[in-house]
Amino acid sequence: MTARVPGAAGSPQTLDMMVNMGPQHPATHGVFRMELAIDGERVVGLIPHIGYLHRGSEKLCEHEIYSQIITLFDRLDYVSNFNNELGLVLAVEKLMEIQVPERASYVRMILCELNRIASHLLFVGTFALDAGAMTPSLYTFRDREMIQALFEATSGARMMHNFFRVGGIKEDVADDFVVRVDRLLGELERGIDEVDGMLSFGEVLLARTKGVGVISGPDAIDWGMSGPCLRASNVPYDVRVDEPYCLYDRVEFGVPVGTQGDSWDRYYTRVVEMRESVKIVRQCLAQLQPGPIMAQLRRIARPPKGEVYAHAENPRGDFGVYIVSDGGERPYRLKVRPPSYCNLMPLRDLVVGSYIADAVVILGSLDIVLGEVDR
Amino acid sequence: MINSIKALRVTLRSMARKRVTAEYPKEHLPVDNRYMGFPALLWDFQRDEPFCTGCMVCVRYCPTQCMSAEMHDNPRFAEGDSHRRKIIQTFEINLNRCILCGICVDVCNFDAIEMSHEHELAGRGRNDQRVDLGELLKMGKKYQADTGWKQSKPNAPSPKEKEAATQKSEAGKPAPEPPSPEGASRAEGRSG
Repeated sequence: MTARVPGAAGSPQTLDMMVNMGPQHPATHGVFRMELAIDGERVVGLIPHIGYLHRGSEKLCEHEIYSQIITLFDRLDYVSNFNNELGLVLAVEKLMEIQVPERASYVRMILCELNRIASHLLFVGTFALDAGAMTPSLYTFRDREMIQALFEATSGARMMHNFFRVGGIKEDVADDFVVRVDRLLGELERGIDEVDGMLSFGEVLLARTKGVGVISGPDAIDWGMSGPCLRASNVPYDVRVDEPYCLYDRVEFGVPVGTQGDSWDRYYTRVVEMRESVKIVRQCLAQLQPGPIMAQLRRIARPPKGEVYAHAENPRGDFGVYIVSDGGERPYRLKVRPPSYCNLMPLRDLVVGSYIADAVVILGSLDIVLGEVDR
Repeated sequence: MINSIKALRVTLRSMARKRVTAEYPKEHLPVDNRYMGFPALLWDFQRDEPFCTGCMVCVRYCPTQCMSAEMHDNPRFAEGDSHRRKIIQTFEINLNRCILCGICVDVCNFDAIEMSHEHELAGRGRNDQRVDLGELLKMGKKYQADTGWKQSKPNAPSPKEKEAATQKSEAGKPAPEPPSPEGASRAEGRSG
């Protein structure tokens, strides 16, 4: 992108220095490794290395029945587990043409939106850490903890829920679920406002993130970015709006977009998105009616022969699942379209030309989860 | 400047708040009732034997193959004390491999296995987390006592009870046919 910055005057020959960042580096949010070629403070080249967390999930899926695959999907993007599960069950349900009971759909939406808030809270905290602010992470982790306590009371686990089933959900939510979620939303709103007021328009954060890692809308589309990273570049694409799944067509919410597509926009899009998620959950709670939670199905899901692609809006973007079924109880082939992998693609364009300290901020603003990138 | 003052205000407000941190080894946060800890086998206090018949459903459905089970003929069935023809003989779970997914509980036909609240199982040996039948039942009994766990459906009558019922019905009016103890519930699975 940017032309190479020549060395200091009087030193006609300067060599680029190769700096190895990661895989064990706190700012890479997992086991991601970048080889940075730096000239002084400027990054002039970047070679990303992925695959340190490769577990062969897609191949493993070919050997597991669908109810077991859900446990593998929990472990793809390990900070938005419900959303991953939803992607899989949506695909299988689409292939089997199952009508999911309304209550199950609403519970799924509530849990997914809460998970989105939890994921974005984690992002806000770690992004602030990347930019050098320690405190916000403590606040966001406090709020995230409340959401996870609710998840524990609902699904029995804080992260690896294994709660969604093909055709519904595992068990009905607890009796005090609505009251509890309602109270939680109030606390979350307060927490989000607190962090937002403390961090978003702070001079230091603005100086670190405004105009850093700019990507234009068309470029972002070309690279296959999705989710908040794409919307920050002023492209209002959201699977929940454009191809509604579950019952997202029955709730009203806004799709926040950024203006410039820089790191700050990517950050602030997520902050606003959390508030929209709170709105969605409120509407879902109002519409939640008693009823069945599982479609009438045989115990082992056995989709017909054929192939299907279904996608859902994860906190990180467009999470797609492609299943080829040969009519058996195991998929013949399963492919995941991981949003953070696609969001990671333009990293070199974003980082090269900026300062080395900004590389950390840019990588943080993309909000990758290596469990999903490497699968 | 204004932001610094704002941030300072947050700090001051937080100082007056209640402490949220629990110092782990000294304080234990309570787990929720639905919390899924390691799986445990439950004890049938009515029959004084495990619920588990060793039908292997959980073993087959386990995504990590962390379990193994063997059944044998239930001697107490022959004596007429129990309705279970087969009963679990050995059951081993390698809790190191267990991913706490709860699939075994979902597929169990007999209320035999449940995710207990056990989650602190650090050990020194390599095989300390391979727990056998006795250990699993101990965990299960603890779970039953802690949570007041209730059976989802009542036990089928044992041969002795059946005999008593027939004698009674012969004396009075004929009683309805009791459900067959084994196998009949297979198709339904675990409700809920």
